[in-house]
Parts: sequence; structure tokens; C-alpha cells
Amino acid sequence: MDDLGRMDSPIHRIDARAKIIATAAFVLAVMSFPRYEVSALMPLFAYPFALIAVGNLPAGYLLKKVAVAAPFALFVGIFNPLLDRQPMGMIGPVAISGGWFSFASIMVRFTLTVSAALALVACTGIHRLCAGLKMLGLPSPFVVQLLFLYRYFFVIGDEGLRMLRAAEMRSTGARTLAFQTYGTLIGHLLVRSMDRAQRIYRSMVSRGFDGEVRLLRREAPGWRDVAFACGWIAFFAFARSWDLAEFVGRWLSRGPS
Amino acid sequence: MHMADALISPAVGGTMWATSAGLIAWCARKVKGVCDDRLVPMMGVMGAFIFASQMINFSIPGTGSSGHLGGGLILTILLGPHAAFLAIASVLTVQALFFADGGLLALGCNVFNLGFFPAFVAYPLIYRPIAGARRAGGRAWTAAIVAAVAGLQLGAFGVVVETKLSGISELPFGTFLMVMQPIHLAIGVVEGLATAAVVEFVARVRPEAIATTPAAALGQRSLRPVLAGLLVAAALAGGGLNWFASSHPDGLEWSISKLTGKEELEGSGDGPRGPAARIQEKTAFLPDYGFRPAESKPAPAESSAGPGAGPWPAVSAGTSVSGIVGGLITLIVAGLIGYLLKRGGRTTT
Repeated sequence: MDDLGRMDSPIHRIDARAKIIATAAFVLAVMSFPRYEVSALMPLFAYPFALIAVGNLPAGYLLKKVAVAAPFALFVGIFNPLLDRQPMGMIGPVAISGGWFSFASIMVRFTLTVSAALALVACTGIHRLCAGLKMLGLPSPFVVQLLFLYRYFFVIGDEGLRMLRAAEMRSTGARTLAFQTYGTLIGHLLVRSMDRAQRIYRSMVSRGFDGEVRLLRREAPGWRDVAFACGWIAFFAFARSWDLAEFVGRWLSRGPS
Repeated sequence: MHMADALISPAVGGTMWATSAGLIAWCARKVKGVCDDRLVPMMGVMGAFIFASQMINFSIPGTGSSGHLGGGLILTILLGPHAAFLAIASVLTVQALFFADGGLLALGCNVFNLGFFPAFVAYPLIYRPIAGARRAGGRAWTAAIVAAVAGLQLGAFGVVVETKLSGISELPFGTFLMVMQPIHLAIGVVEGLATAAVVEFVARVRPEAIATTPAAALGQRSLRPVLAGLLVAAALAGGGLNWFASSHPDGLEWSISKLTGKEELEGSGDGPRGPAARIQEKTAFLPDYGFRPAESKPAPAESSAGPGAGPWPAVSAGTSVSGIVGGLITLIVAGLIGYLLKRGGRTTT
């Protein structure tokens, strides 16, 4: 994800604020569709697709991340077909119940929102994203917290996995840790993390840290950024108000006559 | 426990976003007010620690399953409620952005369910009164377990209520509740045990670490601002829901009719019954309420496409087929645009 954020493309160059606002509008638009809507959501795929395509992002990699997160939505949505059995539409001779429509709708919404969020992060990068969030008014302690968390997540994670491997090598046969070992191991990890935080703090203070992380790149948004946000929001509003898919489908099925 | 965007409505998501954003702003001001820069790296690294600790499991004796630290309670014990709330919110934000774990619009709900309850309810109202200053021994363990269970129960209840209010999932309130609460009872006990074990270890080997964390400075604040915030949130929720009710009648009317239907079903005094019976009752029941599904949009198409404008649920096949065809085609067009953009991008770069 970090490497993706550091790449360069027309989308990467768009101001982070514009992308955040557009993505927020996108999520809101997707969420506001009625519960049985499936086909009208399809035009909205244009947004994540465009981000992925113009941003040169690896679609397969992002798709895998979407799939990993799918089980929860699947778990809650899968009961809809069982509980809502009113037939609502026909495909040939087979009646499709409302539950299947709302289930399909849930999964489409899920794919849309998650892929858009991942694409946003992948084409922005954590630093620009945090700078954008801060300029949009997110309290600075929280922005600093986000940056710190992101910076040290991998460091502490590696440390934890090293300790886990050491513990596993000393306890042959056991599949997971015993509770006593767990408490000690995590406790040690916690103490080490605290010590690390102290060291980080001292070294930051000696470099002049005053509780604020200064993020550069504070340029004003250009016409491109404004056009990006406004254009997409207009598209979302358009797709929300008129069922484009329905329109295309009717136009096509009427075409020959 | 992380809610996805696909399951909540904008009204619920927006309200919870506003609530959580307000709490974050309030906590950020409190943390800034402490004037202890040391807290900044401490919070960041502790958030990272929670991430890391969730990768490590321990085996639960006799069950064959395993558990790990949840995070909300231990962060609050170590950092105090305000700093902990910020740390939890940041963990959830990073999870939502980088791991697709929980949605963007649902972030407000998730921060509230997993952050507010442990930091501002379970810790000050349960953990502190029971444990006092002790961090080892029976009382500390009891406090951790009870507080973790209470925090998770409230969080799980929050998930159920938010899902229900959104009206996207079909799960009946009672059933969903009966699934979520017992599961989170077990998870809560495990989290409480893990929290107590880690806290006790740290208190033993590094007593000054817990004593010197700014928890003491930040912990003793009155709950009045929080309650005031909740009141505002409740007012907002009412206003927001009303607003949406007028502009989008489908989802809300639906859930309201369903909720009122539920009440009457329960009120009829019939004891527990199988889900199948409940489904039957519901299908026979809802038409009485003049309930129409969220099909108001294709209605004009329906009248023009054919004589299918009979009583619900007779939806003309023509409408749904054209919907499916159109959906597929727009999906393909969207994909094609992406593909062309990609090719265009390649040639220019």
C-alpha cells in the first residue's frame, strides 16, 4: 500500500482533499440507494474503476483485499434471502425473491464502498491523506496519532511476530500459546513498546518536537482538484437521481422496434 | 464486530459520524490540554501495540479455540479514557482504510461501539470502582472481566441497534440480538482475562509504567460533558432521521412498519416460536400495513412497460429484465472507461 501511495499518476497528483471529499460523497451516494436497488448502482462502479485505471493501481491486489473483508457483510446479508421471500422479479420462469435483491444490493454496495476506500488510500498515500484530513479540519492530535500508528504498526508487529516465533520454537507440539505464556509474552511486548515510545519521544524532543507534526505540501487546490471533486459529485448526484442502468436497458430492449 | 458500509443507512452512519467526530474533537482538546507531549508517541505506539497483539493468539483451555486482546479496555487502563479513545479511533481508521475492515461511513458507528463504551462507560463506571488502584490480584481480574464483558455487550447492542435502524439487513431485531449478545459474552470474558493478565504482568515488572502513564491525570473527569454530547447526538439523530424520512420514505417507512409489526407480534403473547413460523406470520402480516417495497423508482417504467401494475408483488418481468440488462451494460461501460483510461494513461506516461 505504501509503495502504491508513492507512485505518480494524474490521480496521485490530485489534491488529497478533493479525493477525500469525492470519496465521501461516493460512499454517501451508494448508501442512500433504496434497499432493493441493484442495477442502478452499477454506473457508480465508474468511480473506483477510474481511480484504479488512471492511478495505475494493481486491480487484482485491491480485489483480493476486498474479498478478505467480505465475510462480515456476507454473514449479515445472507439471511435476507431466507427471511424475505416476497417475489419481486422474474428471470425467465424463475421468481426472484426480494431477499435476493437486497442481498445482491448489499454485496454490490460493499464492493463499491470498500474498493473506493482502498483505491483512495492507494492513490493518495498515508502522508498526503493525513495532510488532507488535517486541512479539512480533523483535530491535529488525531492526525498525529494516525501517522504514528501507521509508522509503528509494522515495527511493533514485526517485534511481536519475532517474539511469537521464539515462543513457538520453545514449545514444540502446542498449536497456540498457553494462557500464562500469552500474558507474559504480550506483557513483554507492551513493556518493550512503552520503552520504544520513550526512546522515540526523547529523540523527537531532541530534534525540536513540540507535540505537532508538521506536514508540508500545503499548496492551494488548483482548478484540476476542484474540477475532480465537483465533476464526480455531479456524476454521483446524476446517477442517484436517474436510474442510468434502467435507461440504457430500456433503450436497448426497445431499440430494434 | 466491525460494521460494513453496506449495512447501514446514511442517516445512521451520518449521525454516528457526527457523534464520534465530536467525541474525537473533545478528546483531542483534552489531550492537548494536558500539555504532555510524551503522550503523543505513547498513544501512537500503544495503538500499534494493539494491532500487533491482535496477531498473537492464546489457546482457550478445553475449547480448542483461541482468543486475543480486544484493545479498548487495556488502552483505557494504560492511557486514560481520552487518549485511549483517540488511539482506538485511529486503530479503527487505519483498519478501515488499509485493511478494508469496517467501512468508511460505518467508521462513526465502529468508533462509537468499540471506543466509547470501553473508554467512557466500562472503565470509569465499572473498572475503576471495582479495581481501585489495584492492578493485580482477584479484584483487578474481576474488574477487568466485568468491564470487558460490559463494554462488549454494549458494543454488540450498539451494532444490533444501528443495523436495525438502518433497515438494510433483514435480520429480525430479537434474533440478531440473541446471536450477538451471547457470542460477545464469551469474547468479553476472553478479552477480560487477556487484559487482566497483561496488566498484571506490566504492574509486576514495571509498576512505574502504569503509575506514570497520564491515566491518573486524565482519568478523573466528570461524565457530564459526555452525557451532554449524547443528548445532542440523540437530538441530531431524531432530526436527521426525520429529514431522511421526508426525502427517502422507502427505507425508513419500511423499518418502522417492520418494527411496529414486531411489537404487535410480541404483544399477541405467543411464546417463542421457530423462525419459519415467524417468516410466515410476517409474510401474511405486512400487506395489512399497506407496505410497499422500495420499488417506487421503477414504477413509471412499470406502467409504461406493460400491464403489470397490479397489486404488489406483481412486478412485470419486463422491468426487471431491462433493469438487469441495463445494469450489466453500465457495468461493462464503466469497466471499459476504466480500461481506456488505463491505456490512455500508459501512452502518456
